[in-house]
Parts: sequence; structure tokens; C-alpha cells
Amino acid sequence: MMRAVSDALVITKRQLLQLTRVPEVLIFNTIQPVMFVLLFRYVFGGLGADIPGGYVQLLMPGIFVQTVTFTLAATAQGLAQDMEKGLIDRFRSLPIARSAVVMGRTLGDGLLNIVVLIVMGIAGYVVGWRPTSGAFKIFLGFLLLLFFGYALSWAGVFAGLISKDARVVANVSFLFTFPLTFLSNAFASTTSMPHALQYFAEWNPVSTMVAAVRQLYGFKNTFGATANSFPSQHPLTMSLVYMVVLMFIFIPLSVRRYNSAGNRK
Amino acid sequence: MKSIVAEGLVKTYRNGQVKALDGLNLDVEEGTVLGILGPNGAGKTTTVRILATLLQPDSGHATVGGIDVVKNPKAVREIIGLSGQYAAVDETLTGWDNLVMFGRLYHLSSKAAESRATELLEQFSLTESAKRPIKTYSGGMRRRLDLAASLIIRPKVLFLDEPTTGLDPRGRMEMWNVIEKLVKEGVTLLLTTQYLDEADQLADEIAVIDHGKVIARGTSDELKSEVGGERVEIVVAEADLIRTREVIDRVTGAKSNLDEGLRKLSAPVSNGGQSLIEVVRELDAANIHPLDIAMKRPSLDDVFMSLTGHAAEEAIAEETAIKKKRGAKK
Repeated sequence: MMRAVSDALVITKRQLLQLTRVPEVLIFNTIQPVMFVLLFRYVFGGLGADIPGGYVQLLMPGIFVQTVTFTLAATAQGLAQDMEKGLIDRFRSLPIARSAVVMGRTLGDGLLNIVVLIVMGIAGYVVGWRPTSGAFKIFLGFLLLLFFGYALSWAGVFAGLISKDARVVANVSFLFTFPLTFLSNAFASTTSMPHALQYFAEWNPVSTMVAAVRQLYGFKNTFGATANSFPSQHPLTMSLVYMVVLMFIFIPLSVRRYNSAGNRK
Repeated sequence: MKSIVAEGLVKTYRNGQVKALDGLNLDVEEGTVLGILGPNGAGKTTTVRILATLLQPDSGHATVGGIDVVKNPKAVREIIGLSGQYAAVDETLTGWDNLVMFGRLYHLSSKAAESRATELLEQFSLTESAKRPIKTYSGGMRRRLDLAASLIIRPKVLFLDEPTTGLDPRGRMEMWNVIEKLVKEGVTLLLTTQYLDEADQLADEIAVIDHGKVIARGTSDELKSEVGGERVEIVVAEADLIRTREVIDRVTGAKSNLDEGLRKLSAPVSNGGQSLIEVVRELDAANIHPLDIAMKRPSLDDVFMSLTGHAAEEAIAEETAIKKKRGAKK
């Protein structure tokens, strides 16, 4: 067990080393969300004249959740690349724990998210985001975001392992996660959507996450909660349920897929 | 003692539509080198992947170092090294980073992993490029680093899957030198290749495989003699054909083949260059002036033609095309 953890940490360390060798990756990973912060803050800033503290208070949790959601695509692309290059074969020929490579990858992507969230938090502060709930709850909010990214990362592992082409899997993951982040309460109120979409938006894990994080930062989630549905009433509980379910499904699936990664041609 | 034994290995892909291995048997004596020779799609890579525990056979069984590859894959992984067709190292990291990482994954301490990395870089003449990312390496350097990564724990059994495919002649020679040194140190090696000269150079014994089965096995001399060994080929003016044939048959002691359209005579010879000199001398004495004269060594194609009745060339051409495509993608 200890060995499985130390093996995984070697893989994580490899990923961090990559970042020091190719710093462009880290730079791009942080520039993109900061750009989103600036664009949304100043393009849609006038939307929430009636929101206490202004639109930016509701926007920031939305962008935080959107950014960690994209972890899925990053993890998938990283693993698919390792498959393509034959690195997974080499790892599988080593006497290491079968979970080590996928575990190490998700940990590495999680650590990258810490950096990205810190940079975004600073950018948010600069453009006027002021959470009011106190240091502990703010910390809990970030912790929740990290776990959400981590849970999605496992879906990315599975996608990366079943794909045959790193670029294709990155594009497909993006096509799947991008609408997911917009068919939600992240940027605009769900009440203005067509009825069927409202229903989807309220059950969407992105919405429950955004609502939960807004509450943890001390703001009322005025962009959802229209139909008195369970997820909009209990966003934190529902978010935790989604994360557990995601990991419950994708951790065993991914480890099994990794083990049989050579059985197809 | 046998280091590698495979019995009746069968492997199919795509729900049985593609039969990669069709009852393959082989064994390798400890401390020797077996070359698996065959065209693309013959089952070379599949065999290596099964023996290296990356792939499960549909039926049959195999042991490496006496350990069953299906029942106890982890123990097999402790004693093998694998280096594949495509250099499986992290291209963004340096050579040093890669070797230390793999050392750690073999559960060496940080210190031991670092000193082993230094040692291997030295051994493979990569010390100067140790701190450069792999993507700046030449093809040959990349392969050497890949090989170094498979030797971290000094494996008892080493698998090399087409170690020189895609390398330029110089890269090939460098790789051959490195492999020959390893063999001298006593590692058991299973090597796959498409090139007869490579198997000839490196292997003690050669197994020729086609359609997932071993169709011939022996030393390179045995295989060559099976396809007729070396031949001398002579093209002469039409008027000289009959007299030339008499000379050749007398010198080689064999019955020569005549291709009348090309005015070409060919006959097997047993002692290489010496026979050629004798033929030339006799032709000169008879005042016959050949238009062309050459020694022809058996190629992989000849081995294949004679063993299977079909050419290996098509398969190889196809593979080259695939590799070019993959290369372009990178």
C-alpha cells in the first residue's frame, strides 16, 4: 500500500518536472481562466445591477467551477498522449502498483489546479470579488473546488485510456464539458432558459457546485433555485453525492482499463 | 536451463477476426540470443507483449525465468527489461530525469537511482546530452536511452522489439555495438527484427515467424543454407552462354540456373569470395568476358520466398508507410 503511494508520487513528480521543463503549459493553464475572469467581469458586468456586491460576486464561483471542470480534458489528453507514445506500455512492464500511474496523474492535475485557483483568486480580488464568509469557509470553498476537479479527473483518465488519439480526446472532452459549464447557473440565471433546459441546468453538477461555492463564500445563489428542486435546495450535499458517484464509477473502471491497456491493438 | 518458454500461444484481436498468434512455440536457453525474424503482422510484437506481461494470451502458456507470465506477472516484471519499437520515454524530460524516474519506479532509493542513471548514461555515451530534453535527441540517441531505461535493474531477460527499425545506418551500427556488449555480459535476449543481417549479427539462433507461427528455426548459417546460401550470378553475351555454363558448373560443382531472357547464369557457392575468384579466373582462362558478375547473399525475401512461398516485401513496404505516417504526426 505504501509502495502504491510512493510509486504514484514518482509519477506526480514527473508531471511537475514537465512543468518546469515546459513552463508554457503552466502559463497557458493560468492565462486562460484569468482571461475568462476579465472578459466576463467587464462584458457582462452590467447584468447584475440588483445583485448585492455586483455581478462579480456570483461570477467568480462560476468561473472557478468552470475552470476545474476543464481538468477532465487535461487529464484525458495527458493519458492519451502517454498511450500514444508507448509510455503506458513501459510503465506496465515495471513492477509497480497497477493504480500508480493513473493515481499519480490525477494527483498531478489536482496540484496544478491549486496553482490555477490561487492565480484566479488573486485576479478575482483585483476585479472586485470580495467573499464575506471568513477565512475558514473560503478555504472550504476552494477545497470543494479541488475535490470536484479531482473527481472529474478520474472520468478524464478513463476517456484518455479508451481513446486512440490525444488531440481527438481533448477535443471531445472539451465539447462535452464546455456546454455543461454553460447549461448551468454559472454565468446567468437559469430562469431565463427554456423550461426543459432549466430542469437540466438545476440537476447539472456544475450548477450544484456553483451554488454550493457561492454559499460558502457568503452569497445567496440568486441564479438558480426556481423550481424548488432537490439539487437547488441542497447544493452542497448534491455536489458531494456527484463527486462520490463519479469516483465510485471511474476509479475502478480506470484501473481496470489501465491493466488491460495492451489487450487491444 | 530455458529462460523463456512459450507453448501454443494463441492471440486474436477484434473478437477473433484477426489472428495474431496461431499456436506459437519457442524457447530460449539462458544467456543466449534468439532473433525473431518476420514481416510486419507476423506476430513478433504480440509475442513480445505477451512474454513481457503486457498482453494476455487467449490460450497457451509461457514462462520467463521459470515464472508463469499470466499467473504471476508482477514477479516477471521484476526480472525483465523491455524496449519497444517506439522509444517509450518522456520526451519533455531530460535523459537524466527519465532514468532517475524509472529507477525510482524500480524502487531504488533516490541516491541509488541517481548513481545508476549516471552509470547508464556513461555506458551509452549519453553523458554529454544528459541534461537535454529527449526531444532534442537524434533517433539513435533516443533508442539508446530507451534501452538504458530497460537495463536499470540489470534484468535477467531482455526483450528488444525491432531495436533499429527507422534508424539511419550509423544509428544502427551504434545500436548493434551496444547490444553486442550486453550480450557478452550474459543477458538472455529475445530480439525481433525484419532484417536478416541484424539477426545474423546479433542472434545465436533465429526463429522465422509468419502468420503467428514459427515456420523455421536454426542458426543463421542453417537458415541461409536452407534457402541455398550465397550464389554467384553472371551475365554474358548470348554466344558465350553455353561455354560459361560449363565453366561455372565445373568450378562450383553444382548445376547452375539459366535465365535465357536476361542471359544470366546463377549457381550456389559454398565458400563465398574464394569461389568468385575461381570463377573469374577460369572465365578469363577460357577467354570469356562477363558483362556483369556478382555475389548475391540470401535476403529476408529469399528466406521468406523459400519458406512460405510469399514475399515479405509487401508487408514491409506497408509497414514503412504506416511508420512514415506516425512519424509525420509526431
